Amino acid sequence: MTATHSPVASVRRRPQGARRQGRAGAAFVAAYLVLLIAFGVVPTAYAVYFAFSNAQGAFTGFDNFVTTMRDFRFVPALGHVGLYLLFWLVSLVVIVVGLALLLHRLASDGAGKALRFLFYIPGALAGAASVLVWLFILDPTVSPVSSLLSGLGYDTFGQVIAPGHLPLLFTIIAFWTGAGGWIVVIYGALNNIPKDVMEAARIDGAGAWQTAWRVQIPMLRKWIVYMVILAFAGGAQLFVEPQLLSLASVGVAGRDYSLNQLSYDFAFQMNNINGAAAVSVELLIVSLSAAALFVARSGFFDAE
Amino acid sequence: MAVVLAAFTVFFVLPVLWLVLAATKTDHQLVHGNPLSFGSWHALKANWQALTAFQDNAILLWLRNSAIYAGISLVITLCVAVPAGYALAMTEFRGRRALLVATLIVMLMPNATLVVPLFLELNAVHLIGTMWSIILPYSFYPFGVYLTYIYFTTAVPRDLLAAARIDGCSEFGVFRHIALPLASPVVALVGFFSFVANWTNYFLPYVMLPESDQMPVQVGVGTLLSSVPSFNPTVGSLAIERPQLALATLVAITPVLVVFLFSQRFLVAGMLAGATKE
Repeated sequence: MTATHSPVASVRRRPQGARRQGRAGAAFVAAYLVLLIAFGVVPTAYAVYFAFSNAQGAFTGFDNFVTTMRDFRFVPALGHVGLYLLFWLVSLVVIVVGLALLLHRLASDGAGKALRFLFYIPGALAGAASVLVWLFILDPTVSPVSSLLSGLGYDTFGQVIAPGHLPLLFTIIAFWTGAGGWIVVIYGALNNIPKDVMEAARIDGAGAWQTAWRVQIPMLRKWIVYMVILAFAGGAQLFVEPQLLSLASVGVAGRDYSLNQLSYDFAFQMNNINGAAAVSVELLIVSLSAAALFVARSGFFDAE
Repeated sequence: MAVVLAAFTVFFVLPVLWLVLAATKTDHQLVHGNPLSFGSWHALKANWQALTAFQDNAILLWLRNSAIYAGISLVITLCVAVPAGYALAMTEFRGRRALLVATLIVMLMPNATLVVPLFLELNAVHLIGTMWSIILPYSFYPFGVYLTYIYFTTAVPRDLLAAARIDGCSEFGVFRHIALPLASPVVALVGFFSFVANWTNYFLPYVMLPESDQMPVQVGVGTLLSSVPSFNPTVGSLAIERPQLALATLVAITPVLVVFLFSQRFLVAGMLAGATKE
């Protein structure tokens, strides 16, 4: 579909139309631009300013960054978040895309619609509510899957949430709440693949697997890239799961398990807003680098 | 294939089922009974009465607050984000790429960090403690701009818009009469996700609206949580029990599920089928 029209050429042929379009485009984004500056750019710039200054507002260069990185909790937190990100991204991309494709094949008989709704329900339990539910699910004394847990050899809550299990458990909790929304997005995108493209694949003798791999997934490229960028940033900001678990587990998962928790601790326990901002700016830089990599390799910003 | 879907259905549904059943039990049944058994209608009724008695019907007031905050910002978001995403995808204008990059950077910034600068900013214009201190930040929804942007770049051919221009349509006319009708699935998607994001947001209203009668329901449920003796042993006579907390959680999420059911048809409709023949 993208190869059949060439907007750039038509714009060049009609410079006046391009000017008119340019003015209209600017008008369409004007209101958004105001909100972006007021509630996006200004607070972000303010946070960056915090990161490079001290409590008195004096410029301190990279002092806050050095101090936070030298904090004894920084490197372990970095490791925890890295491992969690690996599990989280792989499961999200593989399972969400896989489930969306499966549901899409079912779409005709209404079962797909019902399953989409069921898969989405946990999405309504965002944030603290989902973790509260999982605190019960993972506790063998009240869990509805206690037989499964004891079958795996875990009889107490403390055994289930052993430190080595945490990246996997956080992935399960985050996936439980987050996957449904992305399934809806990817499913909608699958619906927008023109019928004749799918028809052509079928006529060419492509099976379900080949259609998915060679036609559908390539056409979902932008949606998957967008999902990965946001999932990466969201995962790097891991906070509410370990925070609530640390409240309920009496310290198995410390309050400094993730980088974002460390940032929160700096801001609200140690009264060091500048240190907190420095950790956040570090997270931002890592997420941005990852995003830049994906954007550059996928043509994400091209107006095709 | 069926096995995989069945396994994931159990995974997604079982904890929710447990939560629903928990609301029908007494605290004693919750701990000692079968986790997947139904308690009793009587206990459910008693839990509801205990829940509404908390701060004299506070839960209903919180629900009303949530509806106002999420509703007004939803309208602003749609009026702002959809034209912006359309313009970014379908027109060339100076600063387009810079806008895309700035939006992405802002989206990747950890939210917890932005709350303090936002507080200072809104404090400077004397909006702290008013509902606008959360409605306006909610209305800024970059995620929705990107959803619209990707939708237009992947699903709507530019030739269609070019044809309308040649037929003498103004730029606004092209958007209003060609692009917007084709965009109804993504408008529904943006609207739905914006509503859910605002409805479930905890941290921002927690900081901006400290009074109990201004709280949205998420913050209210947080208040309830800290009134549960098994989580917080210091509470006194105003105690809330765990099944009542489960019931409050269910009440808090129901509007989201209703909106999802209602909008599902629009969310996934293949509206574009037959729009162009190439």
